[in-house]
Amino acid sequence: MILGAALAGLALIAAVLSFAWTPHDITQLAIADRLQPPSAAHPFGTDHFGRDILSMVMLGARVSIAVALVAVGIGAGVGVPLGLLAAAHRGGWLDDLVMRGNDLIFAFPSLVIAILITAVFGPSALNAIIAIGIFNIPVFARVTRGGALPIWTLDYIRAAEVSGKGTALISLQHILPNIANLLIVQGTIQFSLGILAEAALSYVGLGAQPPTPSWGRMLAEAQTMVTLAPHVAIIPGLCIVLTVLGLNLLGDGLRDALDPRLKVAR
Amino acid sequence: MIARRTAGATRFTAARRRISVGVMLRYVLRRMISLGLSLLVASALIFSVVELVPGDPASFMLGTGAQPETVAALRQQMGLDQPLPLRYAAWVGALLQGDLGQSFTYKTPIGGMILERMQVSLPLALMALTLAAAIAFPVGIYAAARRGKAGDAAVMGGTQLGIALPNFWFAMLLVLLFAVKLRWLPAGGFPGWSQPDAALRSLILPAVALALPQAAILARVLRSALIETQGQDYIRTARAKGLTAGQTLRRHALRNALIPVLTIMGMQFSFLLAGAIIIENVFYLPGLGRLIFQAISQRDLIVVQSAVLVLVAAVIAVTFLVDLAYAAVDPRLRNR
Amino acid sequence: MIDLRDLSVTIRGTQVLRDVDLRLHPGSITGLVGESGSGKSMTALAIMGLLPHRAQIGGQVMLDGQNLLTMSEPALCKIRGRRIGMIFQEPMTALNPLMTIGDQVAEVLRIHHGMDRTAALARARERLDRVGLPDPRFPLTLYPHELSGGQRQRVAIALAIAERPDLLIADEPTTALDVTTQAQILDLLAGLVREEGMALLLITHDLAVVAGLADRVAVMKAGEIVEEGPTETLFRTRSHPYTHQLFAASRHAPSRHAPATGSPLLRIRDAVREYRLPGGDRLRAVDGVSLTIGRGESVGLVGESGCGKSTLTRAILGLDPLQGGTIALDGRQVMAGRRMPRDLRARMQVVFQDPFGSFDPRWRVARLVAEPFHLTDRPAGWRDRVGAALSEVGLHPDDADRYIHEFSGGQRQRIAIARALIIRPDLIVLDEAVSALDVRVRAQVLDLLAGLRRSHGLSYLFISHDLSVVRGITDRVLVMQKGRIVEDGAAEQVIDTPSAPYTRRLVAAMPRIPTDWVA
Repeated sequence: MILGAALAGLALIAAVLSFAWTPHDITQLAIADRLQPPSAAHPFGTDHFGRDILSMVMLGARVSIAVALVAVGIGAGVGVPLGLLAAAHRGGWLDDLVMRGNDLIFAFPSLVIAILITAVFGPSALNAIIAIGIFNIPVFARVTRGGALPIWTLDYIRAAEVSGKGTALISLQHILPNIANLLIVQGTIQFSLGILAEAALSYVGLGAQPPTPSWGRMLAEAQTMVTLAPHVAIIPGLCIVLTVLGLNLLGDGLRDALDPRLKVAR
Repeated sequence: MIARRTAGATRFTAARRRISVGVMLRYVLRRMISLGLSLLVASALIFSVVELVPGDPASFMLGTGAQPETVAALRQQMGLDQPLPLRYAAWVGALLQGDLGQSFTYKTPIGGMILERMQVSLPLALMALTLAAAIAFPVGIYAAARRGKAGDAAVMGGTQLGIALPNFWFAMLLVLLFAVKLRWLPAGGFPGWSQPDAALRSLILPAVALALPQAAILARVLRSALIETQGQDYIRTARAKGLTAGQTLRRHALRNALIPVLTIMGMQFSFLLAGAIIIENVFYLPGLGRLIFQAISQRDLIVVQSAVLVLVAAVIAVTFLVDLAYAAVDPRLRNR
Repeated sequence: MIDLRDLSVTIRGTQVLRDVDLRLHPGSITGLVGESGSGKSMTALAIMGLLPHRAQIGGQVMLDGQNLLTMSEPALCKIRGRRIGMIFQEPMTALNPLMTIGDQVAEVLRIHHGMDRTAALARARERLDRVGLPDPRFPLTLYPHELSGGQRQRVAIALAIAERPDLLIADEPTTALDVTTQAQILDLLAGLVREEGMALLLITHDLAVVAGLADRVAVMKAGEIVEEGPTETLFRTRSHPYTHQLFAASRHAPSRHAPATGSPLLRIRDAVREYRLPGGDRLRAVDGVSLTIGRGESVGLVGESGCGKSTLTRAILGLDPLQGGTIALDGRQVMAGRRMPRDLRARMQVVFQDPFGSFDPRWRVARLVAEPFHLTDRPAGWRDRVGAALSEVGLHPDDADRYIHEFSGGQRQRIAIARALIIRPDLIVLDEAVSALDVRVRAQVLDLLAGLRRSHGLSYLFISHDLSVVRGITDRVLVMQKGRIVEDGAAEQVIDTPSAPYTRRLVAAMPRIPTDWVA
């Protein structure tokens, strides 16, 4: 978990730092220095325009993290209330409607949603966010409902009902705090999936548009020269792997740390 | 009391056996109705998203430099002068007769194009899923059996890495190693099924690239499902019967753990079918995903609309099959 | 014969069993009695060799001169199920839901004798017949979910005795079952011991169960056997103080002054509540119930699972609507949900069975106890009111700042009572409020309830599956069966001279300690 937090933290720091400072200015092209292997001046080497890859990677982290974070926000912001609503009216038509709607969105593979949206509205980082965010909604709705259902059967909910509390108040005061763990863990998972999805979309040109650097697009551009200078393809890929790995480890660690059952067992 | 209860049970069970085939049929029928409904709603959704394009579809497809007459002609050809519900009905009506429309760019029937692309996408998805399962099952079972020991920790670490791997990047590395350096397998392209050998060889690397991250997910799901079922009371009963830990795992835990695993495999299949778009790009494979992708860059909305629907229909059909598989595994679901 | 000698078990530094000596004779029943956490189940698991991996074991478990504790795991697998069988408490989850009952019983025979499936199924058929699941009515092809709890426990017994083991261990085999089903299962076990000559180790928390069944009894406390002997002698002499305490607590009835029952407080007329079943049929869970509870009266409502008492309770608490009839509290109509005025709701509170599920684990006790103030608007001095309520139930006012997981089961039930008291209701519904507690704690909570009733002039509706508990705390008892009230009378009268046939069956099935052993 500490390793995970460190890796994820590193990506975050790189992203934040890139607002203030990068080792080199990536708008300055230096064709003479293109495709250089890693060196003291360019720790990660340079790309086919002679741009510093470390600087590119730092700026790319910004896009990846922003897209994934906002997409998680959309998914949780819409999905959690829907899930709470469905659980509060479990077995009723509202529950049915929410769950059927979820199934329907699930039937659209996330990439297809993204492609459909970009086909209609044009490729951009914003549309990538919307596409990934829409796919996050049913995930959060499901986790929320799944976590809330067993809690609704507990006697402390009956006690709250006997105290005259309505479903909205109970959902807010009792259900939500008790499934917060679950949602935090799911949040980190969706965050890392968001980074992967953003990379994939950018790779096929449906995400962030030039000149904004992004990990996925760096890989797409590297593909043609992967035999000449493997580092151009390897470094952005490693950035993705390490960030996602870090987030997953963090999620696992949080799940263990926040689960009261595991705490008792330890 | 007991007499009355058991008498009731007799009538119940006898009746049950008589109707058990009927129960299963009714289950299938009910699932099929919901399948049809899902398809209907999905088609309406796709239709209305395409309707949302800025301007109208005809001018969108022709681009900004088009002559007004050309736009008007296309508008008429697409039936855009007719009201929306009528157009939707016409589209669905044609679909039901197997007519997916005609590509604007290539002027050929879309049904044939999709069928041709499916010959790449479907085998690729099946290969990847089989490979993923073949890796995930032994690994997941091994990790669950060694829970908390070094072997388990190693597997869990490895699967974490597998999940974090973007498959297109992994694909690039595979190409670098097996195609460029070792020259064992082709780096891309698809020779067609007239050369079955070469066709299969060209699908190996894409299948591996798709399968590995999925195998990692599947192995983790299987492991946690196994561990969950191993905490159940009936596992304790099985141990008290004299089954060894291994026998208990094989005979009791595995089948019960299969239900969540089936769910994930169903979702993965649809991902492999549609998510192969990216991998098809890396390997220049003429699959369904690439068809959609090309259609988008050519602004051929008719192809996009129909191909997306076919993909979604495939996913819904897989979900239906998974539901049937549930009922086959779990007797409790059959009479729901 | 099985012989435990100096059996000791330590798990992570905590000694859970200490020098346990126990002999289990063929054809005889040994009762192992104790409160939760006393080490009863650990003893059973130690005999089976199924203790958690981290457990350190000392002493001997001898079977035919062989020490099971030093045996290899493969050798133990040949003993389990063949020489020693075991059944557990929870029949609903003890069977594999995906396997037919025939295959589950046959599996025992197949692994121990390599019998082929047909032969094993034939033997399984015979064993299922023996446990009271005869052929045409209970085919081998049934799945567990098609059986009731009692029937599933019979299947569990069938597979435990499939190999005619020397020893059968039954760990709380009837605790999850209704009284009448319990009596049948206990009869079945006794019959098996008599006919097949096996030894039975019957583990239970219920003294009355062993009194009627066991030849010898061992009393366990904190991992040690404090007293052991022939059942009747042990019950008559109760030489160890702990045995004496258990015995007294299990028969405890709080002192009850004759109630001055006032005007009717709760009045139910022809209440009807139906559910739609998955198949489309309708189940009338509450079928024309009428009852009255007087001001200051304590009324018991007794019935087995599925009789409709939970449904009725939900309607009384204003959680579910009725489809027919009326419920009136002090002349004003009780309605479900928001339609019921808050001030009327505030006159009624509830205490539930489960001391663990009754409280939000993320709230402090002060907020938990104060939750009913939602009905009355929180008064200025609410923290003092919480402190006072905690004192009234025998806790300290400072406990208000702690979380619920810091309290024991009995303390939690006290907190639940404090929560019910905080807004000074007229009626408290006690829904199986002491059923999950050990006997000694239960006796204390019953005393507390009796005292509060006197001091606050409370009315109780005491819902329970257990007639003997109801007798101690209520003035009047209602017996419910299949959605109807079948008997209504003074507590002693209902239990000593029941009139309805169902009540008679219930009373007959109630395990009890013979009255002449008490003297």
